[in-house]
Amino acid sequence: MSIVDVPVESTGAIQAGQREVRRDLLRGLSKSPMFIIGAVVLLFWIVCAIFGPTIAPHDPLVQNLEAINRSPSSSHWFGTDQLGRDVFSRVIVGVRDVMIIAPLATLLGTVLGTIIGLVMGYYRGLVDDTLGRFVEAFLALPLVVTGLIALSTLGRSNLVLIIVIGVLFTPLIARTVRAAVLLERELDYVSAARLRGERGPYIMFVEILPNVFAPIMVEFTVRLAYAIFAILTLTFLGVGVQPPTADWALDISANFGVVPAGYWWEVTFAAIAIITLIVAVTLISDSIQATLEDQ
Amino acid sequence: MVRFILKRLGLALITLFLLSVIVFLLGQVLPSDPGRSVLGPLADPHAVKALDHQLGVDKPILTQYWNWISNFPGTSTQYQAPIGPILGPALGRSIKLAIFAFIIVVPLGILGGVVSALNYGRPVDKTISIVGQSALTIPEFVSGIILIVIFAVELKWLPVSATAPPGSGFFTQVKYLILPVIPLVLILFGYIARMARVGTVEALDSDYARTAILKGLPRGVVIRRHVLRNSLLPTITVVATQTGYLIGGLVVIETLFRYNGIGLLTYNAANQHDIPMLEACVLTIGVVYMVVTLIADISFSLLNPRIRLRAAE
Repeated sequence: MSIVDVPVESTGAIQAGQREVRRDLLRGLSKSPMFIIGAVVLLFWIVCAIFGPTIAPHDPLVQNLEAINRSPSSSHWFGTDQLGRDVFSRVIVGVRDVMIIAPLATLLGTVLGTIIGLVMGYYRGLVDDTLGRFVEAFLALPLVVTGLIALSTLGRSNLVLIIVIGVLFTPLIARTVRAAVLLERELDYVSAARLRGERGPYIMFVEILPNVFAPIMVEFTVRLAYAIFAILTLTFLGVGVQPPTADWALDISANFGVVPAGYWWEVTFAAIAIITLIVAVTLISDSIQATLEDQ
Repeated sequence: MVRFILKRLGLALITLFLLSVIVFLLGQVLPSDPGRSVLGPLADPHAVKALDHQLGVDKPILTQYWNWISNFPGTSTQYQAPIGPILGPALGRSIKLAIFAFIIVVPLGILGGVVSALNYGRPVDKTISIVGQSALTIPEFVSGIILIVIFAVELKWLPVSATAPPGSGFFTQVKYLILPVIPLVLILFGYIARMARVGTVEALDSDYARTAILKGLPRGVVIRRHVLRNSLLPTITVVATQTGYLIGGLVVIETLFRYNGIGLLTYNAANQHDIPMLEACVLTIGVVYMVVTLIADISFSLLNPRIRLRAAE
């Protein structure tokens, strides 16, 4: 959705310099309260994703048709849903699929986008123009809409979800990487490598790539928040994670019809969980961005 | 100027063609067995074959593309009726919702961005940035469901559905649209405010703003006459590019509030495996987005002498 402009200070492809930058980044982040809050909340959800079934007081999938739509009580902290399942347990376990799909999809998009962005920015000319047209055509469709058509025709599974979101992120990331590469390719170390007789792929991946690492990392964290957004939205629309998995968006989509009858707990806790996760990721990505800009 | 517009139109047509190819590929070519995926694994092979024939997916790809595009928008498999008369009014209702959202969010977003920029680095600026940034990434159905729980179910101030009873007056209709519009406003607010903030910070930092301040103009006049005029133009183009995301949001909001627009139509088509309807909806959404950005691009260049004159060279 956005291009993040990060000033790219080229230090040349010196390994020690890179390590220095990374150490400074970590030092800067450890002083940022926003980053610490975000990291703590994210850590909490990671723990839930890994140990969820052990932590949860009830089996999130077990139905109890004698205790449906019960309001929150001491035995069911967040109440029960239309099938009598324990909402608290479903919220704890419900983070798991998003936590697996979002990073993998973002990683796929980042790798593909980086390769295409490097090629577009380095070779420019016809390659750049042709790919650029396709990128623009892709961007004319809202991600949710393209995702909806792709998932409903290609089949609904977590693997397809990862591939579709990864591919849809590719043009956006490619655009950011291309912009950074256009700045880098004019610098002396690139001309030097060219004069040495290095080939295109070597210059792109060995010389330029380490120097555009910062904007790619920022892009990754920003995209991660949007990947969560997209996965949850597509799941809500019925084409993402499939039932009976315990999943926040799935639970909201299955139960929002009974909210007017007063069963607010069946959707509200999942909605709050989503907000905490997304705000945490946003805080982390914002503080990384701010720390990099300060340097 | 005419040449600039013609060039823009030409590029838009090429993009439109590519867009139709993408939609066509996603809808008809990539799925290996469309008839089977519509009818399910247990369906009779003859029925699958008949449906494949009806969809035309047993023909060569180029013929398929031509048949699809020349008969656009085609016939819905779900309603067994032409798509045009269903899609048109639905699009109209969605535009109504979208315009309502824009009327609220554009002034609000610009105000937020300008206030942010004028308080650069202070707590007000940081608060607006964090609120905007978080609102930007919270899915519409999440904010929508929380609004429904608070304002429709607990407080009972506003209706749960978005569709007013037929024949109701303007204010009743607005009342029904308030809840659905807020999640859209939240998403767009963060984006518009950020753009307006960046634009205003840059303009405040410029030489002409400094000159204006140094020659003794009051702060209010500098901001109104010199800063805002320059900072708002790019913001307005950005607003146009948000139409696409707004439509993406409409799919979710219309589903959540059962509002009969193009979003709900797309959602139903996807979940009923109505491929022709789905393709028609998606391509229409793409076309609407491109037309809006094209108009924004051209009017932006008409308003901005720097682009107008450069294009005339």
